[in-house]
Amino acid sequence: MSALPLSRRHVLQISSLLLASTALPILAAAKDGPKGGRLLVAADSEPKNLNPAIVASNGVFFIASKVIEPLAEASFDGKDGLEPRLATAWEASDDGLSIAFKLREGVRWHDGKPFTSADVAYSALNVWKPLQNLGRIVFANLTSVDTPDDYTAIFRFSKPTPIQLIRNALPVVSSVIPRHLYEGTDIATNPANVKPVGTGPFTFAEHKPGEYYRLARNQTYWGKDQPSLDEIIFRVLPDRAGAAAALEAEEIQLAAFSAVPLADLDRIGKVPGLTVISRGYEALTYQLVVEINHRREELASPSVRKAIAHAIDRSFVIDTIFLGYATASTGPVPKNAPEFYDADVESYVFDIEKANALLDEAGYKRDKDGNRFTLKLRPAPYFNETRQFGDYLRQALAAIGIDAQIVNADSAAHQKAVYTDHDFDLAVAPPVFRGDPAISTTILVQSGIPAGVPFSNQGGYVNPSLDAIIAKAVETIDSGERTKLYNEFQKTVAGDLPLINVAEWGFISVASERLLDVADNPRWAVSNWATTALQP
Amino acid sequence: MKRCLRLIRRRLLASVPVLLIVAILTFLLLETAPGDAVDAYLLSIGGGDVSVAESLRKAYGLDQSTTARLWLYLTALARLDLGWSVAFERPVLSLIVERLPNTLALMGSATALSFVFGSLLGVIAGANPESSRDRIISAISLIFYSIPSFWLGLVLSLIFAVQLRWLPTSGLETIASGRTGIDRMTDIAHHLLLPVSTLAIIYTALFLRVMRAAMAEAWRLDFVLFAHAKGLSRFRIIWRHVARYAALPLITMLGLQAAAMLGGSVVIESIFAIPGFGRLAQEAVAGRDTPLLMGIILVSAVLVIVVNLLVDLAQAALDPRIGASEAAR
Repeated sequence: MSALPLSRRHVLQISSLLLASTALPILAAAKDGPKGGRLLVAADSEPKNLNPAIVASNGVFFIASKVIEPLAEASFDGKDGLEPRLATAWEASDDGLSIAFKLREGVRWHDGKPFTSADVAYSALNVWKPLQNLGRIVFANLTSVDTPDDYTAIFRFSKPTPIQLIRNALPVVSSVIPRHLYEGTDIATNPANVKPVGTGPFTFAEHKPGEYYRLARNQTYWGKDQPSLDEIIFRVLPDRAGAAAALEAEEIQLAAFSAVPLADLDRIGKVPGLTVISRGYEALTYQLVVEINHRREELASPSVRKAIAHAIDRSFVIDTIFLGYATASTGPVPKNAPEFYDADVESYVFDIEKANALLDEAGYKRDKDGNRFTLKLRPAPYFNETRQFGDYLRQALAAIGIDAQIVNADSAAHQKAVYTDHDFDLAVAPPVFRGDPAISTTILVQSGIPAGVPFSNQGGYVNPSLDAIIAKAVETIDSGERTKLYNEFQKTVAGDLPLINVAEWGFISVASERLLDVADNPRWAVSNWATTALQP
Repeated sequence: MKRCLRLIRRRLLASVPVLLIVAILTFLLLETAPGDAVDAYLLSIGGGDVSVAESLRKAYGLDQSTTARLWLYLTALARLDLGWSVAFERPVLSLIVERLPNTLALMGSATALSFVFGSLLGVIAGANPESSRDRIISAISLIFYSIPSFWLGLVLSLIFAVQLRWLPTSGLETIASGRTGIDRMTDIAHHLLLPVSTLAIIYTALFLRVMRAAMAEAWRLDFVLFAHAKGLSRFRIIWRHVARYAALPLITMLGLQAAAMLGGSVVIESIFAIPGFGRLAQEAVAGRDTPLLMGIILVSAVLVIVVNLLVDLAQAALDPRIGASEAAR
């Protein structure tokens, strides 16, 4: 293969470059649609830091992604699942030690200064790599960023870094902030963190604490005839019933991130003028997971874990708890990630008899009350669905003679109990899949993570062969080889069950029918809304 | 007058140890809650590694011992410095100053309305205890008093905001409308109508029942009998003798209620999206923001002390016996 003058990787790289450049005129083409108008959106929280270059979380992106742009955004049909934003093309060197980004020309910051490669280099080296929650992983081996000209940035790594990982991470980790406002200041306390200045289609106008955020149209946005809206207002509506009422009263036009509870969707979908949308969250797939504390003797036995997996009726969970707005999981990678998803793994059909037989074989006989042993079950309090699944799991375990005692706590207390104190036997968690297993999933099963790291393997599970696969995938630069490693990863996890994947779901939006171009990319709620329009 | 000044001085002196005890107990109570501000913050951003957690704990001062932090807090408090909110990255005082007026407006109007309507209805019911009028008013008040405030709030919002569209569903004022002066005041009143009514309906029942019960009791007392014997008109007996006597427990109730309403506003402020004190308290607990919650509780304690002082003064004015013993000392 390597003897050929053109490897498959080369062809892919060149074609990605070509495709990326042809995407430009398509993007710039004006959309014939309504212009202007104020979009009112429900927001349930007010992040204290609105800088997505430091805090790459959905709560921050929801508001800040309209102001500050990444190098590339996720896309349903773009090459490699990407659509160019501040970068127009990217190419990795054969040795995986450098990646060259071609940057968009003629872009200006909201304060009028030109956007150049110096901004990208500054963001990468001073913010993404040292400060950002995810960038610290993705850019751990980044040593320098060369800027031969204003529109080229070459990222240099000390170890081979897979372009596949970088590509998948770009929408989340590559928010570019203006060097001229940050250089020489304390980045963590810079005033631009709460009043962001970016290159995006909307400028940050004001924040009235407890009431709203207001974004205004960027009149000099680089996207031709974009954005369509004049103004976006995020109204702080902490109560979910209140958000539904505001939609029905036509005070707001959009409630994203399942601000309207699942149980209300059926009713609200029938309200004239409102529509329920379940697309636009494919790249933010949440997974319903049973975390297992392997320090418990019983749970250290694979047959016991398999018995628990067989005791869970996934279709009941989907139909009753998620009211159909979810999919059953087969393993640690969701179906929404077709690049990596492998269906050919060990599966656990709902089978109480088999579960009981497995437990009997493992030597855990029922006592006179029918109990085999007692477990402490902690459902995460972050979603209605995680709490409800906790109640279901208790019943499901009772059917196989395991007495699960539910311990409820608020978010901070749950966090500490599970991820620092390990005070659980089973926990229900909702981790999110962020487009690449290396930045979202492997941490859930990898060993050697110190106590206190939230959403990581704190169950004491150690599997050297799984750790080896994870370590190898991080530095495998060939995308095909890397994908194969993750297939192996999925087989191992599904076979050994360090945790049990139950279901996967995306959020739901409820929008006014007057709102156009909703959910047109897999990260829509946290993308820039440049084409979103409101019919008068 | 001298009696009142003495009362005020004694009360203010006594409030210092009360506030100190409140501060220390709140601090220790929060210490026992599992999880800290860093746990809460990392959760909100979807995770972080150990060194992030460590540097945040250091920045928040959470790496120091409980006693060191308590001492630091109390010495700052002695300088009237309420500290820095870690969940909002702002001074606690500025947050409280921003939110408190909203809650006071909400609570003040609701308390005033329910006090006026409650006592009036209470007089009507208590003017003739055990009459059919009394029974009907009492029964209706009991129903309203048993309704949970969040349910009533949502139902009222569903009727008047979603169905009839007479009133806005939530918020303090029309967003980014640029209104000023009297126009803005009208707008705020329009927005507060539903939340104030919700609270007022529930608390009217409470005042009504206290007033009615006190009046029913007063009818059996000797001074009422004496008033009858003097040949006073029934109207005069009701207003000058029975109602005045019955107003004493009502005013005590008003003082207690002011404190309860600070708590009750948490739910109403969430439902109607009003950026007030109650919602701030809830966010402080969820974010394990000790300085902010301490600030909120201390300011609430001061409010309660002040309200109770006013209540005592009002009672002293109504009943000459109150405070007389203190004056004699």
